[in-house]
Amino acid sequence: MSSSEGAPESWISSFCSLMGHEFFAEVSEDFIEDDFNLTGLQSQVPMYKEALEMILDVEPEDDEEEEEEEEEEEDDDEILGDERPLGYRRAGDRRHARVASDLSVIESSAELLYGLIHQRYITSRPGIQQMLEKYEMQHFGVCPRVNCSGCKVLPVGRSDTPGQETVKLFCPGCMDIYTPPNSRFHSVDGAFFGTTFGCLFFMTFPDLSVGPRLDASLSPTSRLSSSANRPTQSSAPDLETPTPEEQPLEINGVHTLNFCPGLGRGKIYDPKIYGFKVSEASRVGPRMKWLRMKPRNIYELDEAAQHERVTPSEPDADKDGDTEMDPNQAQDAVIANRKKAPMRRRRQQGEAAPSDQISTRGADIG
Amino acid sequence: MMEDFNSETDSDYTSYWRDWFVSSRGNEYFCEIDEDYLTDRFNLTGLNTEVPYYQYALDLVTDVFDLDADDDLREQIEKSARHLYGLVHARYIVTTRGLAKMLDKYKKCDFGKCPRVICDGHPLLPMGQSDLPSMSTVKLYCPKCEDIYNPKSSRHASIDGAYFGTSFHSILFQVYPALSPEKSVRRYEPRIYGFKVHAAAALARWQDNQREDLHWRLRDFGVPFKFIEDSDSEDEDVDYEYTEKGTEGSKDDKVVGDTASGRMDLNN
Repeated sequence: MSSSEGAPESWISSFCSLMGHEFFAEVSEDFIEDDFNLTGLQSQVPMYKEALEMILDVEPEDDEEEEEEEEEEEDDDEILGDERPLGYRRAGDRRHARVASDLSVIESSAELLYGLIHQRYITSRPGIQQMLEKYEMQHFGVCPRVNCSGCKVLPVGRSDTPGQETVKLFCPGCMDIYTPPNSRFHSVDGAFFGTTFGCLFFMTFPDLSVGPRLDASLSPTSRLSSSANRPTQSSAPDLETPTPEEQPLEINGVHTLNFCPGLGRGKIYDPKIYGFKVSEASRVGPRMKWLRMKPRNIYELDEAAQHERVTPSEPDADKDGDTEMDPNQAQDAVIANRKKAPMRRRRQQGEAAPSDQISTRGADIG
Repeated sequence: MMEDFNSETDSDYTSYWRDWFVSSRGNEYFCEIDEDYLTDRFNLTGLNTEVPYYQYALDLVTDVFDLDADDDLREQIEKSARHLYGLVHARYIVTTRGLAKMLDKYKKCDFGKCPRVICDGHPLLPMGQSDLPSMSTVKLYCPKCEDIYNPKSSRHASIDGAYFGTSFHSILFQVYPALSPEKSVRRYEPRIYGFKVHAAAALARWQDNQREDLHWRLRDFGVPFKFIEDSDSEDEDVDYEYTEKGTEGSKDDKVVGDTASGRMDLNN
């Protein structure tokens, strides 16, 4: 397979350098040449073969084998309303006949095909690596939300089927999606990035610090203010802010530090009139704060542990209550205990008093 | 911008300064302040200490400026005039007339549309995070998701937030409560190969509980309130959006229909 017919640039790199295509990674030819990676695309893309040849900058070949395949393709072409006169379809003429309107059809097919391959490529190891470089160079921009303080975003789609919706930007700081500010992206198909990429990216690189640098300097103050509030909230132990040591390093498979740094206390907009908060009881008071909330005690998101904490009939159930539970429940509790064990150990090391926090909390709830 | 202004004022005085100011590029967020308001000294209380060359600036804004000043001084005065206009603007837009003017602009989407996808391009309102000048630049408030965003255009990003103030958008909806948009429980749900992502889903469930709490609190307050889809059903809502890929054409109808039925099931 020879590359590029005299053109200095490959089709792929010229496609990626087009205006509005800044989000695309350059799919490696190896990836495209592996038929396995193209499974099922033939039925989605008109003039598949020609499009693929165009992407790979391959001259169409005229050997017999391909002719047979072409025959099928041609049927597709007709269905798609290709107006090329039949006379042109003689083998051998093909290359020369491929002009003007024909070429533009293939071009758009090639773009579609490239987009669909791209959707798969960026979830592959080399592809996601390439996107990481683009992400770190902030090629995709930052979150428009003020409280995300410039969190870097990723291009995602809301659908994996082409032609549904344009590309959106996923912000890991607030787990929300936004329309790209620049209108040149409003014509880029979201399916070319796919629904999976956004989250898969951050699961692939869990150590990637998603919060802005600014964040580190902000968190101590919020911790300070919350500890000042402590005495008044002692009646509601669930709201109590744990010291950072009490927080797990990881919650539900995500580093706690990287888990929605743009959400939670201090990151929720509080409307005020002349300095006074607008009351919830007002007819037009705040109603959407839940959307940007995050528990201060991140353990509240450990649902298994929560379940275990709430269900025991006695406060001490996590120690000797097993006998009173039916076997299923007991098993659940054992599993939950196992999960919670490291955290309890950490607490006991730190301070003596909070060691029985779990049981007292359980009592308050149950 | 500065050059534009100079050439404009130097060449002719046919249009009023305020006309020119609100129609010049980058000042799309401002509305025109009534002359009556500007000339009432009460409305300008305290601003004389805030603005250098206060009297000249005021004269310029009210088109009675006739001082032969050199370019340097002139530039200073023009800068002051813009600053003064901004500060008066913050006061003006919370008056009845000002609110009405800003409301018109809001309805015309002069302040842009919410970038959040789920908000469906809801019109925004300008606001500041501080009432003191030069603390922070203007932000945009979306009444639908009740969050604030940075303006996407850099020419707006440099406007002082104090020219709009912290209270304006809240006052607007207090005065026109009927205009407060319906709030939606829909949200983006990250997925990997069609499966919800645990960390995000757990947070979403927790947030839904918070919303339930809000519901009960509002009931205690005696404030009737409903989200468009009403509570509980957004799980199904999002499910349909993402799983019915084959039949996306009728997606919207589907969401509405299924949400409604979901609600009936849940509430009995």
